[in-house]
Amino acid sequence: MSQTELKEEERVAFALRSLYRSYGYLPYKMNKFEAYDLYAFNKDFLVGDGVITFNDTDGKLLALKPDVTLSIIKNTTDESEKKVYYHENVYRISGETKQFKEIPQIGLERIGEVDAYVVYETITLALKSLLAISKDVALDISHLGVLSAVLDEVGAGDAFNKKARRLIADKNAHELKNLCAEYNVADDKVQMLIAVARAYGKPEKVLPVLQSFGLSKQGQSALADLQVVCTLLQNSEYADKINLDFSAQNDMKYYNGFVFKGFVAGVCEGVLSGGQYDKLMERMGRKSGAIGFAVYLDLLEHLKKNDSEYDLDALVLYDDKTPVQDLIATVQGAVERGEKVSAQKTLGKVRAKRVIDLTGGKTV
Amino acid sequence: MINVALPKGRLGEKIYEIFAAAGYECPSIKENNRKLIFENAEKGVRYFWVKPSDVSIYVERGAADIGVCGKDILVEYAPDVYELLDLKKGVCRMAVAAKKDFYDNGERTLKVATKFVNAAKSFYAKKGRAIDVIKLNGSIEIAPILGLSDVIVDIVETGTTLKENNLEVVETVFPISARLIANKASFKFKTEEIERLAEGIRALTDGETV
Repeated sequence: MSQTELKEEERVAFALRSLYRSYGYLPYKMNKFEAYDLYAFNKDFLVGDGVITFNDTDGKLLALKPDVTLSIIKNTTDESEKKVYYHENVYRISGETKQFKEIPQIGLERIGEVDAYVVYETITLALKSLLAISKDVALDISHLGVLSAVLDEVGAGDAFNKKARRLIADKNAHELKNLCAEYNVADDKVQMLIAVARAYGKPEKVLPVLQSFGLSKQGQSALADLQVVCTLLQNSEYADKINLDFSAQNDMKYYNGFVFKGFVAGVCEGVLSGGQYDKLMERMGRKSGAIGFAVYLDLLEHLKKNDSEYDLDALVLYDDKTPVQDLIATVQGAVERGEKVSAQKTLGKVRAKRVIDLTGGKTV
Repeated sequence: MINVALPKGRLGEKIYEIFAAAGYECPSIKENNRKLIFENAEKGVRYFWVKPSDVSIYVERGAADIGVCGKDILVEYAPDVYELLDLKKGVCRMAVAAKKDFYDNGERTLKVATKFVNAAKSFYAKKGRAIDVIKLNGSIEIAPILGLSDVIVDIVETGTTLKENNLEVVETVFPISARLIANKASFKFKTEEIERLAEGIRALTDGETV
Protein backbone atom coordinates (compact mmCIF):
# COMPACT_ATOMS: atom_id res chain seq x y z
CA MET A 1 0.00 0.00 0.00
CA SER A 2 1.46 3.35 -0.97
CA GLN A 3 1.49 6.37 1.38
CA THR A 4 -1.02 8.14 -0.87
CA GLU A 5 -3.59 5.44 -0.13
CA LEU A 6 -3.63 6.45 3.55
CA LYS A 7 -6.27 8.75 4.89
CA GLU A 8 -4.85 11.85 6.60
CA GLU A 9 -5.88 10.45 9.96
CA GLU A 10 -4.06 7.17 9.30
CA ARG A 11 -0.93 8.85 7.93
CA VAL A 12 -0.68 11.06 11.02
CA ALA A 13 -1.34 8.14 13.37
CA PHE A 14 1.51 6.16 11.76
CA ALA A 15 3.91 9.10 11.98
CA LEU A 16 3.03 9.85 15.59
CA ARG A 17 3.29 6.26 16.76
CA SER A 18 6.84 6.05 15.48
CA LEU A 19 7.64 9.51 16.93
CA TYR A 20 6.44 8.52 20.42
CA ARG A 21 8.17 5.16 20.18
CA SER A 22 11.47 6.87 19.40
CA TYR A 23 11.19 8.93 22.61
CA GLY A 24 10.80 5.77 24.67
CA TYR A 25 7.00 5.68 24.98
CA LEU A 26 5.50 2.19 24.96
CA PRO A 27 2.20 1.33 23.29
CA TYR A 28 -0.77 0.90 25.58
CA LYS A 29 -3.78 -1.02 24.34
CA MET A 30 -6.97 -0.56 26.25
CA ASN A 31 -10.20 -2.41 26.57
CA LYS A 32 -13.06 -0.62 24.80
CA PHE A 33 -15.17 -0.77 27.97
CA GLU A 34 -14.47 0.44 31.46
CA ALA A 35 -16.40 0.01 34.73
CA TYR A 36 -18.81 2.93 35.02
CA ASP A 37 -17.74 3.49 38.65
CA LEU A 38 -14.45 4.97 37.48
CA TYR A 39 -16.28 7.83 35.76
CA ALA A 40 -18.97 8.23 38.40
CA PHE A 41 -16.26 8.68 41.06
CA ASN A 42 -14.21 11.09 38.94
CA LYS A 43 -17.06 12.95 37.27
CA ASP A 44 -15.42 16.33 37.92
CA PHE A 45 -12.52 15.35 35.77
CA LEU A 46 -14.50 14.50 32.65
CA VAL A 47 -15.12 16.95 29.81
CA GLY A 48 -18.90 16.58 29.97
CA ASP A 49 -21.58 14.62 31.78
CA GLY A 50 -22.39 12.24 28.98
CA VAL A 51 -21.20 8.65 29.23
CA ILE A 52 -22.65 5.79 27.18
CA THR A 53 -23.46 3.00 29.64
CA PHE A 54 -24.73 -0.56 29.30
CA ASN A 55 -24.94 -3.72 31.38
CA ASP A 56 -22.49 -6.59 31.02
CA THR A 57 -23.90 -10.14 30.95
CA ASP A 58 -23.43 -10.34 34.74
CA GLY A 59 -25.35 -7.11 35.27
CA LYS A 60 -22.29 -4.96 35.98
CA LEU A 61 -22.61 -1.41 34.66
CA LEU A 62 -20.02 -0.66 32.01
CA ALA A 63 -19.24 2.42 29.94
CA LEU A 64 -17.74 3.15 26.56
CA LYS A 65 -14.61 5.12 27.44
CA PRO A 66 -15.23 8.90 27.36
CA ASP A 67 -11.60 9.40 28.35
CA VAL A 68 -8.31 7.53 28.18
CA THR A 69 -6.20 9.16 30.89
CA LEU A 70 -8.30 7.89 33.81
CA SER A 71 -7.93 4.31 32.62
CA ILE A 72 -4.17 4.68 32.30
CA ILE A 73 -3.73 6.17 35.77
CA LYS A 74 -5.89 3.45 37.27
CA ASN A 75 -3.32 0.94 36.15
CA THR A 76 -0.23 2.71 37.44
CA THR A 77 1.64 2.53 40.71
CA ASP A 78 3.85 5.12 42.37
CA GLU A 79 6.91 2.88 42.26
CA SER A 80 8.18 3.57 38.78
CA GLU A 81 7.96 6.07 36.00
CA LYS A 82 5.62 5.15 33.20
CA LYS A 83 5.66 6.43 29.64
CA VAL A 84 2.91 5.21 27.35
CA TYR A 85 1.22 6.23 24.13
CA TYR A 86 -2.20 5.16 22.94
CA HIS A 87 -4.41 5.29 19.86
CA GLU A 88 -7.99 4.81 20.96
CA ASN A 89 -11.53 5.91 20.30
CA VAL A 90 -13.37 7.82 23.01
CA TYR A 91 -17.10 8.54 23.15
CA ARG A 92 -18.24 12.00 24.18
CA ILE A 93 -21.05 14.42 23.57
CA SER A 94 -19.93 16.70 20.78
CA GLY A 95 -20.06 20.41 21.53
CA GLU A 96 -21.38 21.12 18.04
CA THR A 97 -24.18 18.59 17.71
CA LYS A 98 -24.92 17.88 21.40
CA GLN A 99 -25.00 14.21 20.44
CA PHE A 100 -22.59 11.37 21.16
CA LYS A 101 -19.64 11.17 18.86
CA GLU A 102 -16.79 8.71 18.40
CA ILE A 103 -13.49 10.58 18.57
CA PRO A 104 -10.28 8.86 17.54
CA GLN A 105 -7.45 10.10 19.76
CA ILE A 106 -3.73 9.50 19.73
CA GLY A 107 -1.69 10.72 22.63
CA LEU A 108 0.81 10.06 25.34
CA GLU A 109 1.00 10.12 29.10
CA ARG A 110 4.10 10.38 31.25
CA ILE A 111 3.68 9.46 34.89
CA GLY A 112 6.42 10.25 37.39
CA GLU A 113 8.14 13.41 38.56
CA VAL A 114 7.47 16.34 36.24
CA ASP A 115 10.53 18.60 36.04
CA ALA A 116 11.56 21.26 33.53
CA TYR A 117 13.08 18.67 31.20
CA VAL A 118 9.92 16.55 31.20
CA VAL A 119 7.73 19.59 30.45
CA TYR A 120 10.11 20.69 27.69
CA GLU A 121 10.20 17.24 26.11
CA THR A 122 6.41 16.85 26.27
CA ILE A 123 5.84 20.28 24.72
CA THR A 124 8.34 19.61 21.94
CA LEU A 125 6.64 16.26 21.29
CA ALA A 126 3.34 18.14 21.07
CA LEU A 127 4.94 20.52 18.55
CA LYS A 128 6.44 17.65 16.56
CA SER A 129 2.99 16.01 16.55
CA LEU A 130 1.44 19.18 15.10
CA LEU A 131 4.23 19.47 12.53
CA ALA A 132 3.53 15.90 11.42
CA ILE A 133 0.09 17.20 10.41
CA SER A 134 1.06 20.48 8.73
CA LYS A 135 3.80 23.12 8.48
CA ASP A 136 1.51 25.87 9.62
CA VAL A 137 0.93 25.24 13.33
CA ALA A 138 0.71 27.11 16.61
CA LEU A 139 0.93 25.97 20.23
CA ASP A 140 -0.48 28.07 23.06
CA ILE A 141 1.06 27.53 26.46
CA SER A 142 -0.36 28.61 29.78
CA HIS A 143 0.35 27.89 33.43
CA LEU A 144 -2.62 27.43 35.72
CA GLY A 145 -0.41 28.08 38.77
CA VAL A 146 0.20 31.62 37.52
CA LEU A 147 -3.49 32.12 36.78
CA SER A 148 -4.48 30.87 40.25
CA ALA A 149 -1.90 33.20 41.84
CA VAL A 150 -3.35 36.15 39.94
CA LEU A 151 -6.86 35.24 41.10
CA ASP A 152 -5.64 34.75 44.70
CA GLU A 153 -4.12 38.20 44.51
CA VAL A 154 -7.55 39.58 43.59
CA GLY A 155 -9.06 37.55 46.45
CA ALA A 156 -12.72 37.89 45.46
CA GLY A 157 -13.70 34.30 46.25
CA ASP A 158 -14.48 31.08 44.41
CA ALA A 159 -17.63 32.22 42.64
CA PHE A 160 -15.75 35.20 41.21
CA ASN A 161 -12.76 33.03 40.23
CA LYS A 162 -14.94 30.59 38.32
CA LYS A 163 -16.62 33.35 36.32
CA ALA A 164 -13.32 35.20 35.78
CA ARG A 165 -11.60 32.06 34.46
CA ARG A 166 -14.44 31.57 31.98
CA LEU A 167 -14.14 35.19 30.78
CA ILE A 168 -10.35 34.95 30.49
CA ALA A 169 -10.83 31.76 28.42
CA ASP A 170 -13.06 33.80 26.07
CA LYS A 171 -10.63 36.79 26.04
CA ASN A 172 -13.64 38.77 27.18
CA ALA A 173 -12.01 41.77 28.87
CA HIS A 174 -15.12 43.99 28.76
CA GLU A 175 -17.31 41.62 30.79
CA LEU A 176 -14.38 40.90 33.11
CA LYS A 177 -14.38 44.62 33.86
CA ASN A 178 -18.11 44.50 34.64
CA LEU A 179 -17.64 41.43 36.84
CA CYS A 180 -14.91 43.21 38.80
CA ALA A 181 -17.23 46.17 39.33
CA GLU A 182 -19.90 43.80 40.63
CA TYR A 183 -17.43 42.33 43.17
CA ASN A 184 -15.85 45.70 44.08
CA VAL A 185 -12.40 44.67 42.91
CA ALA A 186 -9.74 47.38 43.36
CA ASP A 187 -8.62 49.22 40.21
CA ASP A 188 -5.04 47.92 40.12
CA LYS A 189 -6.33 44.34 40.39
CA VAL A 190 -8.82 44.97 37.58
CA GLN A 191 -5.97 46.17 35.36
CA MET A 192 -4.01 43.04 36.27
CA LEU A 193 -6.88 40.72 35.30
CA ILE A 194 -7.48 42.55 32.05
CA ALA A 195 -3.79 42.36 31.21
CA VAL A 196 -3.94 38.58 31.76
CA ALA A 197 -7.06 38.24 29.57
CA ARG A 198 -5.46 40.24 26.77
CA ALA A 199 -1.94 38.79 27.12
CA TYR A 200 -1.16 36.85 24.00
CA GLY A 201 2.09 36.35 22.18
CA LYS A 202 5.72 35.40 22.45
CA PRO A 203 7.15 34.80 25.96
CA GLU A 204 9.44 37.84 25.69
CA LYS A 205 6.32 40.01 25.30
CA VAL A 206 4.06 38.34 27.87
CA LEU A 207 6.42 37.29 30.70
CA PRO A 208 7.49 40.86 31.63
CA VAL A 209 3.79 41.79 31.97
CA LEU A 210 3.27 38.90 34.41
CA GLN A 211 6.46 39.71 36.31
CA SER A 212 5.31 43.27 36.85
CA PHE A 213 2.35 42.06 38.98
CA GLY A 214 4.47 41.26 42.04
CA LEU A 215 2.72 37.93 42.69
CA SER A 216 2.81 35.89 45.91
CA LYS A 217 5.63 33.41 46.58
CA GLN A 218 3.60 30.59 45.05
CA GLY A 219 2.85 32.67 41.99
CA GLN A 220 6.51 33.64 41.64
CA SER A 221 7.53 30.00 41.73
CA ALA A 222 4.95 29.08 39.05
CA LEU A 223 6.13 32.02 36.98
CA ALA A 224 9.76 30.88 37.38
CA ASP A 225 8.78 27.37 36.14
CA LEU A 226 7.11 28.95 33.14
CA GLN A 227 10.14 31.14 32.49
CA VAL A 228 12.56 28.16 32.53
CA VAL A 229 10.52 26.16 30.01
CA CYS A 230 9.96 29.22 27.80
CA THR A 231 13.71 29.91 27.69
CA LEU A 232 14.37 26.29 26.62
CA LEU A 233 11.72 26.59 23.91
CA GLN A 234 12.94 29.99 22.74
CA ASN A 235 16.35 28.45 22.11
CA SER A 236 14.86 25.58 20.12
CA GLU A 237 13.82 25.37 16.49
CA TYR A 238 10.21 25.83 17.61
CA ALA A 239 10.56 29.36 19.00
CA ASP A 240 8.30 30.85 16.32
CA LYS A 241 5.52 28.28 16.89
CA ILE A 242 4.80 28.96 20.56
CA ASN A 243 2.75 31.65 22.25
CA LEU A 244 1.76 32.28 25.83
CA ASP A 245 -1.99 32.52 26.19
CA PHE A 246 -3.98 32.33 29.41
CA SER A 247 -7.17 31.62 27.53
CA ALA A 248 -5.74 28.12 27.05
CA GLN A 249 -7.19 26.48 30.13
CA ASN A 250 -8.73 23.42 28.47
CA ASP A 251 -12.12 22.19 29.49
CA MET A 252 -11.18 19.49 31.90
CA LYS A 253 -10.55 19.99 35.58
CA TYR A 254 -7.61 17.58 35.20
CA TYR A 255 -4.97 20.14 34.91
CA ASN A 256 -2.92 22.17 37.35
CA GLY A 257 0.50 23.46 36.18
CA PHE A 258 1.32 23.70 32.50
CA VAL A 259 -1.48 23.43 29.96
CA PHE A 260 -1.21 23.73 26.21
CA LYS A 261 -3.41 23.70 23.16
CA GLY A 262 -2.31 23.11 19.58
CA PHE A 263 -3.75 24.49 16.36
CA VAL A 264 -3.26 23.65 12.69
CA ALA A 265 -4.09 26.19 9.97
CA GLY A 266 -7.23 25.09 8.15
CA VAL A 267 -8.86 23.39 11.16
CA CYS A 268 -11.28 25.68 12.97
CA GLU A 269 -10.63 24.39 16.49
CA GLY A 270 -7.72 23.08 18.56
CA VAL A 271 -6.50 19.64 17.42
CA LEU A 272 -4.20 18.99 20.37
CA SER A 273 -4.81 19.50 24.03
CA GLY A 274 -2.78 18.58 27.06
CA GLY A 275 -1.05 19.52 30.25
CA GLN A 276 0.03 18.56 33.72
CA TYR A 277 -2.50 16.71 35.86
CA ASP A 278 -1.04 16.12 39.31
CA LYS A 279 -4.43 16.95 40.86
CA LEU A 280 -6.07 14.01 39.15
CA MET A 281 -3.23 11.74 40.30
CA GLU A 282 -3.75 12.94 43.85
CA ARG A 283 -7.47 12.31 43.61
CA MET A 284 -6.75 8.77 42.49
CA GLY A 285 -4.44 8.21 45.44
CA ARG A 286 -1.12 8.56 43.61
CA LYS A 287 1.79 10.65 44.82
CA SER A 288 3.59 11.11 41.53
CA GLY A 289 2.98 13.84 39.01
CA ALA A 290 1.87 13.37 35.42
CA ILE A 291 1.77 15.17 32.09
CA GLY A 292 0.36 14.22 28.71
CA PHE A 293 -1.57 15.27 25.65
CA ALA A 294 -3.93 13.97 22.99
CA VAL A 295 -4.38 14.73 19.31
CA TYR A 296 -7.98 14.65 18.05
CA LEU A 297 -7.65 12.80 14.79
CA ASP A 298 -11.27 13.29 13.72
CA LEU A 299 -10.60 17.01 13.20
CA LEU A 300 -8.03 16.25 10.50
CA GLU A 301 -10.93 15.59 8.14
CA HIS A 302 -11.20 19.38 7.89
CA LEU A 303 -7.88 19.44 6.04
CA LYS A 304 -8.93 19.06 2.45
CA LYS A 305 -5.48 18.48 1.00
CA ASN A 306 -6.02 14.78 0.39
CA ASP A 307 -9.18 14.96 -1.60
CA SER A 308 -8.53 13.10 -4.84
CA GLU A 309 -10.03 14.07 -8.13
CA TYR A 310 -10.75 10.50 -9.24
CA ASP A 311 -12.06 7.37 -7.56
CA LEU A 312 -10.49 5.09 -10.20
CA ASP A 313 -7.67 5.17 -12.72
CA ALA A 314 -9.58 2.96 -15.10
CA LEU A 315 -13.13 1.75 -15.43
CA VAL A 316 -13.49 -1.32 -17.67
CA LEU A 317 -16.95 -1.34 -19.21
CA TYR A 318 -18.12 -4.75 -20.44
CA ASP A 319 -21.28 -6.63 -21.42
CA ASP A 320 -22.38 -10.15 -22.34
CA LYS A 321 -20.59 -9.94 -25.71
CA THR A 322 -17.16 -9.21 -24.10
CA PRO A 323 -14.91 -12.29 -24.14
CA VAL A 324 -14.19 -13.09 -20.49
CA GLN A 325 -10.51 -13.76 -21.21
CA ASP A 326 -10.11 -10.21 -22.61
CA LEU A 327 -11.80 -8.78 -19.54
CA ILE A 328 -9.55 -10.72 -17.15
CA ALA A 329 -6.43 -9.68 -19.09
CA THR A 330 -7.43 -6.00 -19.15
CA VAL A 331 -8.21 -5.82 -15.42
CA GLN A 332 -5.12 -7.83 -14.50
CA GLY A 333 -2.91 -5.60 -16.70
CA ALA A 334 -4.20 -2.44 -15.05
CA VAL A 335 -3.72 -3.84 -11.52
CA GLU A 336 -0.17 -4.85 -12.39
CA ARG A 337 0.56 -1.31 -13.58
CA GLY A 338 -0.44 -0.19 -10.10
CA GLU A 339 -3.72 1.35 -11.24
CA LYS A 340 -7.01 1.38 -9.36
CA VAL A 341 -9.41 -0.43 -11.68
CA SER A 342 -12.98 -1.62 -11.62
CA ALA A 343 -14.80 -3.85 -14.16
CA GLN A 344 -18.46 -2.84 -14.38
CA LYS A 345 -21.42 -3.26 -16.66
CA THR A 346 -22.59 0.32 -16.17
CA LEU A 347 -20.74 3.60 -15.73
CA GLY A 348 -22.59 4.58 -12.56
CA LYS A 349 -21.51 7.72 -10.71
CA VAL A 350 -17.91 6.73 -10.09
CA ARG A 351 -15.26 9.22 -11.26
CA ALA A 352 -12.76 7.37 -13.47
CA LYS A 353 -9.67 8.91 -15.11
CA ARG A 354 -10.33 6.83 -18.24
CA VAL A 355 -12.92 4.34 -19.43
CA ILE A 356 -11.87 1.16 -21.30
CA ASP A 357 -14.87 0.13 -23.36
CA LEU A 358 -15.03 -3.62 -24.08
CA THR A 359 -18.76 -3.71 -24.81
CA GLY A 360 -20.07 -5.39 -27.93
CA GLY A 361 -16.85 -7.40 -28.27
CA LYS A 362 -14.65 -4.31 -28.74
CA THR A 363 -10.97 -4.83 -27.99
CA VAL A 364 -8.42 -2.46 -26.51
CA MET B 1 -7.08 38.62 4.29
CA ILE B 2 -9.56 38.75 7.18
CA ASN B 3 -13.01 37.30 6.57
CA VAL B 4 -15.70 39.22 8.44
CA ALA B 5 -19.26 37.99 8.95
CA LEU B 6 -21.66 40.90 9.44
CA PRO B 7 -25.29 40.63 10.48
CA LYS B 8 -27.65 41.56 7.65
CA GLY B 9 -29.83 44.58 8.43
CA ARG B 10 -29.65 48.01 10.04
CA LEU B 11 -27.28 47.03 12.84
CA GLY B 12 -24.91 45.39 10.36
CA GLU B 13 -24.79 48.57 8.28
CA LYS B 14 -23.97 50.61 11.38
CA ILE B 15 -21.23 48.13 12.27
CA TYR B 16 -19.79 48.32 8.76
CA GLU B 17 -19.51 52.11 9.17
CA ILE B 18 -17.35 51.55 12.28
CA PHE B 19 -15.13 49.10 10.40
CA ALA B 20 -14.83 51.60 7.53
CA ALA B 21 -13.95 54.42 9.93
CA ALA B 22 -11.26 52.18 11.43
CA GLY B 23 -9.67 51.94 7.98
CA TYR B 24 -11.30 48.77 6.65
CA GLU B 25 -13.63 50.25 4.08
CA CYS B 26 -14.94 48.30 1.11
CA PRO B 27 -16.82 50.74 -1.17
CA SER B 28 -18.44 47.99 -3.26
CA ILE B 29 -20.56 47.09 -0.23
CA LYS B 30 -22.61 50.28 -0.81
CA GLU B 31 -23.63 49.23 -4.29
CA ASN B 32 -27.26 48.36 -4.31
CA ASN B 33 -27.25 44.77 -5.47
CA ARG B 34 -27.92 41.28 -4.23
CA LYS B 35 -24.30 40.28 -3.79
CA LEU B 36 -23.45 38.81 -0.40
CA ILE B 37 -19.65 38.90 -0.48
CA PHE B 38 -17.54 42.07 -0.81
CA GLU B 39 -13.80 42.27 -0.90
CA ASN B 40 -11.18 44.98 -0.65
CA ALA B 41 -7.90 43.21 -1.40
CA GLU B 42 -5.89 46.36 -0.73
CA LYS B 43 -7.18 46.62 2.85
CA GLY B 44 -7.03 42.86 3.28
CA VAL B 45 -10.67 42.46 4.23
CA ARG B 46 -13.62 40.48 2.91
CA TYR B 47 -17.13 41.05 4.26
CA PHE B 48 -20.19 38.88 3.98
CA TRP B 49 -23.73 39.50 5.06
CA VAL B 50 -25.37 36.63 6.90
CA LYS B 51 -28.48 36.16 8.97
CA PRO B 52 -27.73 37.74 12.41
CA SER B 53 -28.35 34.50 14.30
CA ASP B 54 -25.93 32.66 11.99
CA VAL B 55 -22.90 34.93 12.52
CA SER B 56 -21.60 32.90 15.45
CA ILE B 57 -21.86 29.68 13.42
CA TYR B 58 -19.78 31.10 10.56
CA VAL B 59 -17.16 32.26 13.05
CA GLU B 60 -17.12 29.14 15.23
CA ARG B 61 -16.67 26.91 12.18
CA GLY B 62 -13.97 29.14 10.74
CA ALA B 63 -15.79 30.23 7.55
CA ALA B 64 -15.32 33.75 8.93
CA ASP B 65 -12.29 34.77 11.02
CA ILE B 66 -14.23 37.37 12.92
CA GLY B 67 -17.82 38.56 13.09
CA VAL B 68 -20.24 40.80 14.90
CA CYS B 69 -23.30 39.47 16.66
CA GLY B 70 -25.56 40.28 19.59
CA LYS B 71 -24.91 38.99 23.10
CA ASP B 72 -28.32 37.25 22.89
CA ILE B 73 -26.92 34.89 20.23
CA LEU B 74 -23.76 34.22 22.26
CA VAL B 75 -25.74 33.36 25.37
CA GLU B 76 -28.24 31.21 23.48
CA TYR B 77 -25.82 29.15 21.38
CA ALA B 78 -22.66 29.40 23.56
CA PRO B 79 -20.31 29.12 20.55
CA ASP B 80 -16.65 28.30 21.23
CA VAL B 81 -15.23 31.67 20.11
CA TYR B 82 -13.29 34.58 21.59
CA GLU B 83 -15.40 37.58 22.53
CA LEU B 84 -12.97 40.41 21.89
CA LEU B 85 -14.97 43.62 22.18
CA ASP B 86 -18.24 45.15 23.22
CA LEU B 87 -19.12 47.49 20.34
CA LYS B 88 -21.85 49.21 22.40
CA LYS B 89 -24.18 49.27 19.40
CA GLY B 90 -27.60 47.67 19.12
CA VAL B 91 -28.04 48.12 22.87
CA CYS B 92 -31.13 46.43 24.32
CA ARG B 93 -31.81 43.73 26.92
CA MET B 94 -33.17 40.23 27.33
CA ALA B 95 -36.12 40.58 29.65
CA VAL B 96 -39.02 38.74 31.21
CA ALA B 97 -42.35 40.39 30.37
CA ALA B 98 -45.91 39.60 31.35
CA LYS B 99 -49.43 41.04 31.21
CA LYS B 100 -49.73 44.10 33.43
CA ASP B 101 -51.96 42.32 35.94
CA PHE B 102 -49.88 39.14 36.08
CA TYR B 103 -48.78 37.99 39.52
CA ASP B 104 -46.52 34.98 39.97
CA ASN B 105 -47.26 33.45 43.35
CA GLY B 106 -44.83 30.59 42.63
CA GLU B 107 -47.48 27.94 43.21
CA ARG B 108 -47.37 26.20 39.85
CA THR B 109 -45.03 25.62 36.92
CA LEU B 110 -44.40 28.89 35.12
CA LYS B 111 -45.19 28.78 31.40
CA VAL B 112 -42.51 30.70 29.48
CA ALA B 113 -42.81 31.48 25.77
CA THR B 114 -39.57 32.43 24.04
CA LYS B 115 -37.32 32.21 21.01
CA PHE B 116 -34.34 31.89 23.36
CA VAL B 117 -34.90 28.51 24.98
CA ASN B 118 -31.43 28.05 26.49
CA ALA B 119 -31.24 31.58 27.86
CA ALA B 120 -34.68 31.19 29.49
CA LYS B 121 -33.87 27.76 30.92
CA SER B 122 -30.59 28.83 32.48
CA PHE B 123 -32.11 32.03 33.91
CA TYR B 124 -34.87 30.13 35.72
CA ALA B 125 -32.57 27.21 36.63
CA LYS B 126 -30.42 29.66 38.62
CA LYS B 127 -33.56 30.70 40.52
CA GLY B 128 -34.60 27.07 40.96
CA ARG B 129 -38.02 27.86 39.45
CA ALA B 130 -39.91 25.06 37.65
CA ILE B 131 -40.82 26.20 34.14
CA ASP B 132 -42.45 24.89 31.00
CA VAL B 133 -40.65 26.38 28.02
CA ILE B 134 -42.72 27.01 24.91
CA LYS B 135 -40.50 27.62 21.90
CA LEU B 136 -41.96 30.17 19.47
CA ASN B 137 -40.36 31.65 16.38
CA GLY B 138 -41.98 35.08 16.28
CA SER B 139 -44.77 37.33 17.62
CA ILE B 140 -43.85 36.19 21.12
CA GLU B 141 -45.91 39.02 22.67
CA ILE B 142 -49.14 37.33 21.69
CA ALA B 143 -48.51 34.26 23.87
CA PRO B 144 -49.51 35.72 27.27
CA ILE B 145 -52.44 37.56 25.72
CA LEU B 146 -53.91 34.32 24.41
CA GLY B 147 -53.07 32.45 27.60
CA LEU B 148 -50.49 30.28 25.88
CA SER B 149 -47.90 31.32 28.46
CA ASP B 150 -47.64 33.24 31.75
CA VAL B 151 -44.58 35.24 30.74
CA ILE B 152 -42.28 35.73 27.78
CA VAL B 153 -38.50 35.98 27.62
CA ASP B 154 -37.58 38.22 24.72
CA ILE B 155 -35.44 41.09 23.51
CA VAL B 156 -36.74 44.47 24.63
CA GLU B 157 -35.44 47.59 22.97
CA THR B 158 -37.78 50.50 23.68
CA GLY B 159 -40.68 48.57 25.15
CA THR B 160 -43.18 50.09 22.68
CA THR B 161 -44.38 46.71 21.35
CA LEU B 162 -44.89 45.50 24.90
CA LYS B 163 -46.84 48.61 25.85
CA GLU B 164 -49.06 48.38 22.79
CA ASN B 165 -49.93 44.82 23.77
CA ASN B 166 -50.59 45.70 27.39
CA LEU B 167 -47.47 43.92 28.58
CA GLU B 168 -44.66 45.14 30.84
CA VAL B 169 -41.13 44.13 31.77
CA VAL B 170 -40.99 42.12 34.99
CA GLU B 171 -37.19 41.75 35.21
CA THR B 172 -34.05 41.99 33.11
CA VAL B 173 -32.29 38.75 32.27
CA PHE B 174 -29.09 40.26 30.84
CA PRO B 175 -28.05 43.35 28.86
CA ILE B 176 -27.41 42.96 25.13
CA SER B 177 -25.17 44.78 22.68
CA ALA B 178 -23.16 43.89 19.58
CA ARG B 179 -19.92 42.00 20.24
CA LEU B 180 -16.85 41.42 18.09
CA ILE B 181 -16.09 37.70 18.10
CA ALA B 182 -13.17 35.74 16.64
CA ASN B 183 -12.55 32.14 15.65
CA LYS B 184 -10.02 30.62 18.06
CA ALA B 185 -7.82 29.04 15.39
CA SER B 186 -7.93 32.11 13.11
CA PHE B 187 -6.77 34.19 16.05
CA LYS B 188 -3.58 32.09 16.23
CA PHE B 189 -2.74 32.34 12.56
CA LYS B 190 -3.88 35.92 11.86
CA THR B 191 -3.01 37.34 15.29
CA GLU B 192 -1.52 40.61 14.12
CA GLU B 193 -4.24 41.37 11.59
CA ILE B 194 -7.04 40.61 14.03
CA GLU B 195 -5.42 42.46 16.94
CA ARG B 196 -4.79 45.52 14.76
CA LEU B 197 -8.38 45.55 13.55
CA ALA B 198 -9.78 45.03 17.06
CA GLU B 199 -7.56 47.79 18.41
CA GLY B 200 -8.74 50.19 15.68
CA ILE B 201 -12.34 49.44 16.52
CA ARG B 202 -11.78 49.61 20.26
CA ALA B 203 -10.39 53.12 19.82
CA LEU B 204 -13.62 54.11 18.08
CA THR B 205 -16.06 52.49 20.48
CA ASP B 206 -14.47 52.53 23.96
CA GLY B 207 -15.83 55.07 26.35
CA GLU B 208 -18.63 56.02 23.99
CA THR B 209 -21.90 56.62 25.77
CA VAL B 210 -24.83 54.58 24.60
